[in-house]
Amino acid sequence: MIKALGYFIEIIRGSIITARHFVVNMFFHILKVLRIKTKRKGAVTIQYPEQRREIASRHRSLHRLMTRKDGKPRCVACMLCATVCPSECIYIEAEEDPDPEIQKCPAKFIIDLSRCCFCGFCVEACPEDAIRMDTENIEFAEYNRQELIYDLDKLLG
Amino acid sequence: MSEVLIILIKVICALVWLLLITLYLTWLERKESAVIQDRIGANRADILGIRAIGLFQPFADAIKFVFKEDFTPNFSKKFLHTMAPFISFFFVAVTIAVIPFGDVLRIGGREIKLLIVDFNVGLLFVLAMLSLGIYGIILGGWASNNRYTLLGGMRGAAQLVSYEVALGLSLVGLIMVYPSLNLSSIVHFQGELLFGWLPKWGVFLQPLGCLVFFFAAFAETKRVPFDLPEGESEIVGFFTEYSGLKWGLFMMTDFMEVLIISTLLTTLFFGGWQVPWMAADGFHFPWGGEWQLPHGIVVLFQVLAFNLKVFFFCWLQILIRWTYPRFRYDQVMDLGWKLLIPLSLANIIGTGILMSI
Repeated sequence: MIKALGYFIEIIRGSIITARHFVVNMFFHILKVLRIKTKRKGAVTIQYPEQRREIASRHRSLHRLMTRKDGKPRCVACMLCATVCPSECIYIEAEEDPDPEIQKCPAKFIIDLSRCCFCGFCVEACPEDAIRMDTENIEFAEYNRQELIYDLDKLLG
Repeated sequence: MSEVLIILIKVICALVWLLLITLYLTWLERKESAVIQDRIGANRADILGIRAIGLFQPFADAIKFVFKEDFTPNFSKKFLHTMAPFISFFFVAVTIAVIPFGDVLRIGGREIKLLIVDFNVGLLFVLAMLSLGIYGIILGGWASNNRYTLLGGMRGAAQLVSYEVALGLSLVGLIMVYPSLNLSSIVHFQGELLFGWLPKWGVFLQPLGCLVFFFAAFAETKRVPFDLPEGESEIVGFFTEYSGLKWGLFMMTDFMEVLIISTLLTTLFFGGWQVPWMAADGFHFPWGGEWQLPHGIVVLFQVLAFNLKVFFFCWLQILIRWTYPRFRYDQVMDLGWKLLIPLSLANIIGTGILMSI
């Protein structure tokens, strides 16, 4: 009985905390309805499809391949990204580049986004700065897995 | 004939009130919990693009329930499995019959009491019906023929015996003070004044009884601090094998119990439809001064006061539900047997001594 009485005070303190949250938040909600602008808001919710949070500059989003001035991919098919990739989702097939200075270029460059863990190691490993993760596109959900396999055209475009 | 018609209208009004408020309690629960947790809450259900702060949400939920598959598992006892939600729903809904919404309404020389049945043993009726409601839960748990649901049902039964005693005993002091079991005469009695200024509400005459009743009644609703029969995180509860509208009925029963407990608390301890210092002809303030009001306005004030008090207690119960974690099984037993029952017994003795002085 004494033990139960002991936590009785804590019970009341707990409900005072939630009641305070309720009253303070309702106050700001009512101010908003009355169109009085305040610095603080009643809720921290971001109503997602309409409102979006700003994406940080270092955020790792969907990959893209960079191009040279003549429009060809910068990639030299060195396989560093495919080697470093922890989820082994990058597949590259090399072919000979007509330019002897460059030597190699990718015939196929496939990223399986259904396996990608967005660690960004491929971006770090690339010696040519050919792959970046700065498209700020975070909504590429698809209905089937086939659509998530991105090839050279999709990654360049 | 017209008597029957009046009763019919009263029944329909009370049922519509009960079901509508119950539906909107789900809305209140979502919104209030959201505001407590710095969120916004359900606000997407719309009709023709009008969102109206989520006020259509209960209807969207109801439509969804109707179209869900009503699944009865093969291994269950089909008849009892189907009966269980209806039993638990019925026994809670029927208690609204004796709750007074207001005093008499005079229309065309006829006096209409604003309650369905003016029962002499209304209080006992309410207690009996609320206790019978547990049968739905035990049946639901047992007939599902699933170990976890059975565990939930048995927990419900164990919880019932630990708080039902305290619930009954906490009201004995009240019956001693207001020598009546008739809810409308209890409310009438609460209109009198103590020391010439304080309304004789149950909470002022029986503060301890009120507290014990509130705790025990909260256990009755089987919501979070006392949700042993449900216990989402350990055993999914007595309604694990239910789906669709039957599950919806169980959930409606939960909210309806919140509402019924609020109306009971209002009626027994917070003056029912009484507005402080308002008599049948208007306000008589204790510091002198009167404010005469016509009959219609007085009745409107009474019904509004009743609804306001009920709303406040619904709000309070939802606040409590979103504040505390669940009591452990033995803690509920402790609270029931070691704290609430001794307190209610002490309340009876104290009331007796004070009344005999």
